[in-house]
Amino acid sequence: MGAEEDKKLIIDTLKGKKTKTKFYLKDFNNMFPERRPREVSKLVNEMVAEGLLEYWSTGSTTMIGLKGAGIQHETEDSDQ
Amino acid sequence: MVKRKTPMLDELEKGKWPSFVSDIKQEAESRNETDVDLQTPKEVCDDLLDLLELSFKDREGHWKHGGIAGVFGYGGGVIGRYCDRPEEFPAVKDFHTLRVNQPSSYFYRTEFLRKICELWERRGSGLTNMHGSTGDIILLGTTTPQIEEIFWELTHNLKQDLGGSGSNLRTPNCCIGKSRCEFACYDTQEACRNLTMEFQDELHRPSFGYKFKMKFDGCPNGCVASIARSDMSVIGTWKDDIRIDQEAVQAYVAGEFKPDGGGFAGRDWGPFDIVKEVIDLCPTHCMAWNGKKLGINNRECNRCMHCINTMPRALRIGKETGASILFGAKAPILEGAQLSTLTIPFMRMEEPFNEIKELVGKIWDWWSEEGRSRERLGELMQRKGFAKFLDVCGVKADPRMIKEPRSNPYIFWKEADIPGGWERDIKDFRKRHQK
Ligand code: HEM
Ligand code: HEM
Ligand code: SF4
Ligand code: SF4
Repeated sequence: MGAEEDKKLIIDTLKGKKTKTKFYLKDFNNMFPERRPREVSKLVNEMVAEGLLEYWSTGSTTMIGLKGAGIQHETEDSDQ
Repeated sequence: MVKRKTPMLDELEKGKWPSFVSDIKQEAESRNETDVDLQTPKEVCDDLLDLLELSFKDREGHWKHGGIAGVFGYGGGVIGRYCDRPEEFPAVKDFHTLRVNQPSSYFYRTEFLRKICELWERRGSGLTNMHGSTGDIILLGTTTPQIEEIFWELTHNLKQDLGGSGSNLRTPNCCIGKSRCEFACYDTQEACRNLTMEFQDELHRPSFGYKFKMKFDGCPNGCVASIARSDMSVIGTWKDDIRIDQEAVQAYVAGEFKPDGGGFAGRDWGPFDIVKEVIDLCPTHCMAWNGKKLGINNRECNRCMHCINTMPRALRIGKETGASILFGAKAPILEGAQLSTLTIPFMRMEEPFNEIKELVGKIWDWWSEEGRSRERLGELMQRKGFAKFLDVCGVKADPRMIKEPRSNPYIFWKEADIPGGWERDIKDFRKRHQK
């Protein structure tokens, strides 16, 4: 798969989730079971730099979501 | 000036201890009088105090936990904090914290400190924490529009970068090491800086399921407490013998040199008693004193540093130095606090530090692959077992990794490890042993 397709898969998957707007890196790894996690995190970080995704952090843990989706500053999603 | 009414906070100014309430009040006064061109609300410290008073009254926090605050290209270093009563406390509506990567061992010029204080008075709250428990310079409380401005000034004028937060590599931290300390078994500053530069990407962008910390102590005295505070604790040690200067030992015994370099001198402990204060306190009982000569059975010494700390002019660390590497310390949340576990008994610590970098790479790969979200390395090690962790690191189990035989039995033999192997019928086994 090329990088553009990977990005599309990520965006479509996130858009498909109705109740959640914030995700752990692990959720992205699960979209690419064949890849090394560190490749996936590089891709995610690239998408943040491009303005497609954004970080959301408690200061302790970081979560990632579609840019502009969901609450911008609120309590952390507590489920695992 | 507004007359502040914070009776509950004022309680925290009583007694002979330093008080963060007094500190914040002092900054509040100073902001009222300053002629600095403040880019953040003048009343930020006043609102902070009033909000905390309200929290004490309500017995509820008034801060939301987290947010998207950050600088472009970075996913760490800024900790977003927003107040949940913004109308009443507009000056602390957003009150973000910046973690700034500290210089190794905290060597500053006063010029730098003045500049950073000036910057933070102008673009922040004026409140700092030197240093945060992560080791960073902590700049407490600024508004969202100021973040990029501060980042620009920090990196261009002060030549200082942001540190780590969130699910990143956290700012590495080291003891004062060879710059001042004769006990340093390797150059902690060099190691800390080298690995900080190597792992810039992991430091600035979230790469893991949770935080990862590395700290560098030059010797087992552990001045940065790496064994308790970091997922990877690098602790200086030596392989050969403690160097003994018998004449200097005599001088300590004769009272010519003060033990502990004159520390613990506040009370009269009587004359120095080498047997009581050194020999009998050696945790492995590997020292002997016959009234003339000090002997150490170095094979049994576990490098606790006690004898060296007590008689530094007579005893010195060995010459063949490097570090022990331990993994998995963490604070509570799950299970309870945990110290790091010895994994690599000895590694040379020299530029370009390739061996330790390779090891870190293997561990990060495993942790990213197997770790759950928000699972620290130490928790994963516990869940999967230490034998598995040793496999990942590519090292063999070693008696130095356990406290005593049989009480921490984490070694599981594999058939391939045993000459001749073995055969076992699992169904037969299960007849006698429930799952
Ligand atoms: C029960 C309430 C709170 C809990 C459990 C909590 C928890 C934590 C934790 C776990 C960290 C360490 C983060 C890390 O490095 O991974 C942290 C850091 C921090 N928190 Fe909180 N927090 C609380 C309330 C607050 C409040 C009310 C504020 C400010 C308005 C705040 C500001 C900060 C700051 C500035 C740091 C960084 C400190 C440093 O690095 O030394 N926290 N907090
Ligand atoms: C419900 C209460 C609290 C919880 C659940 C909590 C939890 C935590 C956790 C998980 C950490 C991260 C430790 C690590 O793994 O590095 C932490 C760090 C810290 N907490 Fe708390 N905390 C609480 C209350 C407090 C309070 C009341 C204070 C201070 C008055 C405090 C001060 C700190 C500091 C300074 C650190 C940083 C330690 C370090 O970086 O080594 N915490 N806390
Ligand atoms: S940890 Fe050891 S080497 Fe480092 S400053 Fe402390 S005593 Fe010195
Ligand atoms: S360093 Fe500690 S264990 Fe080693 S000889 Fe000295 S007191 Fe004993």
